[in-house]
Amino acid sequence: MTEELQALLQQAESELQQARDLSELDSIRVRYLGKKGLFTQRLQALGKLPPEQRPAAGKAINEARRTFQQALEDRRRQLHQAHLEARLAAETIDVTLPGRGQRSGGLHPVTRTLERIRRIFVGAGFEVVEGPEIEDDYHNFEALNIPPHHPARAMHDTFYLDAHTLLRTHTSPVQIRVMETGEPPFRVIAPGRVYRCDSDLTHTPMFHQVEGFLVDEDVSFADLRGVLDQFLRLFFEQDVRVRFRPSYFPFTEPSAEVDVSCVMCGGEGCRICGRSGWLEVMGCGMIHPNVFRAAGIDANRYSGFAFGLGVERLAMLRYGIGDLRLFFENDLRFLEQFR
Amino acid sequence: MRFSEAWLREYVDPPLDTEHLVEQLTMAGLEVDAVEPAAPPFSGVVVAEVISVEPHPNADRLRVCQVVAGAETPLQIVCGAPNVHQGMKAPLATVGAVLPGGAKIRKSRLRGVESFGMLCSAKELGLAETAEGLWELPADAPVGEDLRAYLQLDDRVIEVDLTPNRADCLSVEGIAREVAVLNRIDWRPGAVEAVTPLHEERLSVEVAEEAKSGCPRYLGRLIRGIDPRAPTPMWMQERLRRSGIRSLGAVVDVTNYVLLELGQPLHAFDAARIDDGIQVRLGRPGEKLTLLNDQEITLSGDELVIADARRPLALAGIMGGRESAVDDTTEDILLECAFFAPAAIMGKARRYGLHTDASHRFERGVDPQLQARAMERATRLILEIAGGRPGPVVAAVATEHLPRKRPISLRAAQIERILGRGFPAAEVTAILKRLGMAVEADRPGHWQVTPPSFRFDIDIEADLIEELARIAGYQNLPTRSPRLPVTLRSVPEERLSPARANALLCDRGYQEAITYSFVDAALQQKLAPQREPVPLVNPLSSDMAVMRTTLWTGLLQALRYNLSRQQSRIRLFESGLRFCRKDGAIRQEKCLAGILSGDAFPEQWALPRRPVDFYDLKGDVEALLALTGRRTFIFRPESHPALHPGQSAAIVDRADQRHCGWLGMLHPVLAEELGIDQDVFLFELDQDVIERCRLPFYRAVSRFPVVRRDLAVVVDEAVPAQALLDTVADSVGKLLVDLVLFDVYRGSGLAEKEKSLALGLVLQHPERTLTDDEVDRLIDQVLETLEQRFGARLRG
Repeated sequence: MTEELQALLQQAESELQQARDLSELDSIRVRYLGKKGLFTQRLQALGKLPPEQRPAAGKAINEARRTFQQALEDRRRQLHQAHLEARLAAETIDVTLPGRGQRSGGLHPVTRTLERIRRIFVGAGFEVVEGPEIEDDYHNFEALNIPPHHPARAMHDTFYLDAHTLLRTHTSPVQIRVMETGEPPFRVIAPGRVYRCDSDLTHTPMFHQVEGFLVDEDVSFADLRGVLDQFLRLFFEQDVRVRFRPSYFPFTEPSAEVDVSCVMCGGEGCRICGRSGWLEVMGCGMIHPNVFRAAGIDANRYSGFAFGLGVERLAMLRYGIGDLRLFFENDLRFLEQFR
Repeated sequence: MRFSEAWLREYVDPPLDTEHLVEQLTMAGLEVDAVEPAAPPFSGVVVAEVISVEPHPNADRLRVCQVVAGAETPLQIVCGAPNVHQGMKAPLATVGAVLPGGAKIRKSRLRGVESFGMLCSAKELGLAETAEGLWELPADAPVGEDLRAYLQLDDRVIEVDLTPNRADCLSVEGIAREVAVLNRIDWRPGAVEAVTPLHEERLSVEVAEEAKSGCPRYLGRLIRGIDPRAPTPMWMQERLRRSGIRSLGAVVDVTNYVLLELGQPLHAFDAARIDDGIQVRLGRPGEKLTLLNDQEITLSGDELVIADARRPLALAGIMGGRESAVDDTTEDILLECAFFAPAAIMGKARRYGLHTDASHRFERGVDPQLQARAMERATRLILEIAGGRPGPVVAAVATEHLPRKRPISLRAAQIERILGRGFPAAEVTAILKRLGMAVEADRPGHWQVTPPSFRFDIDIEADLIEELARIAGYQNLPTRSPRLPVTLRSVPEERLSPARANALLCDRGYQEAITYSFVDAALQQKLAPQREPVPLVNPLSSDMAVMRTTLWTGLLQALRYNLSRQQSRIRLFESGLRFCRKDGAIRQEKCLAGILSGDAFPEQWALPRRPVDFYDLKGDVEALLALTGRRTFIFRPESHPALHPGQSAAIVDRADQRHCGWLGMLHPVLAEELGIDQDVFLFELDQDVIERCRLPFYRAVSRFPVVRRDLAVVVDEAVPAQALLDTVADSVGKLLVDLVLFDVYRGSGLAEKEKSLALGLVLQHPERTLTDDEVDRLIDQVLETLEQRFGARLRG
């Protein structure tokens, strides 16, 4: 390589080092490798040399050119990297600042609980049916084996709209409505609002129940126990003990109250279970023959069970809510805890 | 039903401690609500006799008493009770005694006089709510005996919450009978011997024909010459007290005692105030009767009364009358012991706002075979306590109207079918017989069972099966998982689950609320005067007096509740029924409603704070409607009484012109009346509208490029954007694949009442590339139509 070529290469490399960005780099490339670039010119001038010198001279120029190209490429990579780093540095933000947008809301704990109950039963093939909240006396009482003046009516403090129309005191009328219009087998749950004329620390004039019933040709009290036993374990996601205690509802016989071992203390006895270790969670029984008769179902062919549970009661136990009245105050500070 | 455990154990004493006894009752369906000590803990209290009472030298209200309480020497006690007197017997808390609540009695000096203990009132011992002075114990109380031992206070009171079917357990004997069955042991009913009449006087008893079914048995007995001031013995007072009944004088106490003991209500009349015999009849409409509680009632004509020749004396089976009541001058009484049929009593007490121990029992059923025994028992107790000469029992009985128990067929197969396990014949008969039933086997697996007269709840086979289950113990019956047929259920795809709409609102920041279905009538009247509400006959309060005709009433209350608790950013929704009367019928319609107020977004460093406005609300409603996949909904400017007239719209489905709901800003006048000082936005939609959705159907995607043209058109302020958009869409037709309104401008360059709307038209042909020429022609055509229809011009 001639000294001149050596100097040119040196000059070019030093220019490359001084280039501050990609556009400067590009003009350097043009100056040396462009159509009229300094290396290009020298290659073009080869023809003026004597033929025997050409191969050596050409080789030298090409070598210098390649060296330059390599240096150019290295420098480009360097500058690119520097550029990227500068950009990344410039674009660095405080990722700990809060994000933008809407905060999501949530379902009411009663709805949340209802939904949970619904899913458990729907999974077993139960159908969800809703009924009217303004009911007639017949469906709320008479068809359920509660004739006028029956003492059991005293257990239902009823809101009346007129002599025959009332706010349903339980979701059991849906049982009648389904049975009088359909044919067994039935596998139904009926969730919804119910009303009783009572308001104190442990009663609100409106609350929610889920009625459930199963009617088929060979349904026994053992099936009722099996279903509710499973339901309660699934609902609480605990291995609760379940006990059935004789009770009385005019529309079932035998009737039972269902207790679970206290989910707070495991049955040891605490404030929540009144030191008894048991929590009363629902009522149930085998559908009474009079109810079948009222609904036009042949009680000699079919049997069935029904149960009713209080949704607020289950929600209180599940989420540790101590005061029933909180459910209907709609205080955001309460509601937002169930998102 | 409350009763003393010791009393129960006099009849039946199973080898169980209290805890297990109570558990056994509960598990047999007699739910024990509470077990309480008969007396609170105290010690060192003895029966004492006051032998002298002297004035206190330094205090007018205090007395210095000498009291004997077992020891040889009398004790000096300073006492402030007004009723202290010489010869009186009263409880004495001796030095070292601990009273309920933990107070310890010490030797003390009261105004300079030493006192060695304290004479007590019943209240101080926790045995009464109130007290007028010292508790005067009977004259035969043994001086020096520990009060707890004397009164058997180390007893417990058991409270059973009986279900309405178990009237047979509304007495100590009834409970004893049940306990005996459960423990398979015998119990000892109290032996009652008939009293020998000491005179032959009788008051005639006549049951009117129409009253015979309601009163098939009436027994009366005249007892003459009782001591009206005879004190009720302490043991009886204590048992009554433990059952929650106050002592009211010997005769009344005896009737109450027999009611508790046997379950038979009795009534005692002052015989001197009965005019010529007893008539049991129906009340006459308009007849008046003043009851024992001083309540004057006017009879309707269907209630059974006990009357004399002139007037009604008592509301049969419910409450006696004041005029004929026994008082502390009564020497001659007529003791009544009757069977009133449940059907005759049901509902009558409630009608007058009454609920008595007697009505409670008669409504549910008193043993129709009990009256003679109860009469003898009560007579004997009255004679023992207050003396007197009994007459013969006068009876009016209509046998044909007495409840008669018919045999019930019971099938072994049915037992197995209902309970899930068979019962051996021996077990069936053993259980039923223990329950007092007559059991006869007609053939294997078939029985005829006749229940005892006191079991009003047993009429059909199912009742017997329940008894078998109950006595066998539910815990001893099988449990199984039912074998259910696999039935796949239809899943209508054109029905959107309400849960989906709820989830959307939650995701858009709404919190679900549940408000009462009954609301304040006045507030609702302002919000929805066009809808006729359904009022409650018996509301709990005036702010819960009518059924809601709109969910806004409850949501606004919830908003106010939160605003007054420093919550200013509020988004709530609710789904549920609204109730309106329309053409006489009550309609119960499901709807979904929301309320929105406060900042549009939670406060955040990079978002400018701004309050929500109509378009935030509308965006949420549009999102809800978009869930249906149907695009036929429009928002039509319409005024609503609750909404700002310039910011309210009706939601209409163009497909069928159905009115689906409302949205808008709460009318500022209403907001002011409600004390709300920030803008509030509301929507309400018919739920069925959002539950009906479109089944998607694929349309081929065009492979050809889209062309977008933006137009800014100037129109009068009054031209609704929707009209403009509709016109553009109609005019372009199928080639329009999207149309956006991306700017609204008012101000410089435009006249006073003008606005400029910037529209982006996105065009595409399904089968070829659109040429510039044809797009230009389309746009010209659009502009021409807009000009014709709205006087629109392109913004320069």
